[in-house]
Amino acid sequence: MYNREKQIIVSLITSILILGLYSLYVFNKYIEGNPDILNDFKFWGKAFLILIPVSVIAQIIIHIVFAIVNKITTNEDIPTISDERDKLIELRAIRISHWLFLCGFLLSMGSQAIGMLPGVMFITLISSGFVASFASEIARIYYYRKGF
Amino acid sequence: MSKCLIRNNIRKLRFNANEMTQQELADKTGVTRQTIVAIENGKYSPTLELAFRISLVFNCPLDEVFSYVPEEDSGTAYFKAN
Repeated sequence: MYNREKQIIVSLITSILILGLYSLYVFNKYIEGNPDILNDFKFWGKAFLILIPVSVIAQIIIHIVFAIVNKITTNEDIPTISDERDKLIELRAIRISHWLFLCGFLLSMGSQAIGMLPGVMFITLISSGFVASFASEIARIYYYRKGF
Repeated sequence: MSKCLIRNNIRKLRFNANEMTQQELADKTGVTRQTIVAIENGKYSPTLELAFRISLVFNCPLDEVFSYVPEEDSGTAYFKAN
């Protein structure tokens, strides 16, 4: 397996872990005793604003750790350049992820149009963001392996 | 419209260039080794610019490195060419 594929898998596992652990933390601390908070816009605003930096910092730390571990175990450097094929794969993956997120966004707006609670909209938005990111990483692995 | 295939002789040219490694070719052309592997295996068709850079490394014309074979002719034309 090439370093680029390993990087993608690490990124995939990291995203699952971050969202899983963060959701668990938020659920235990805020939602468990007070489910009505799900319809509070202030709560969702804070939840989103905290998730973004936490996610970025955790991704950076995990990638640094991965680069060090990879260097020690395989004596190979992580590629620092991004060539034309990498960029093309990135673009294709982003296209898939944008379409999926757009579908999620429309679903979340649809939930409001039919009078569902605001919590449904935010949960749909977070879920679609996660699914889009997940699908984008899977697509990248697929294109790296299969070619195009 | 038939699917087009781009074939290449990079493996042979690397061998003739004193067994140049994929990593060396990648370094000289400014791409990753994975891209060179993908091109050699026919999984990726490089841009014209990269194709020229590869041919410059081997110091030979572009059509000695890459050849264009439409799929419908690939069975016969490829063997005729080689």
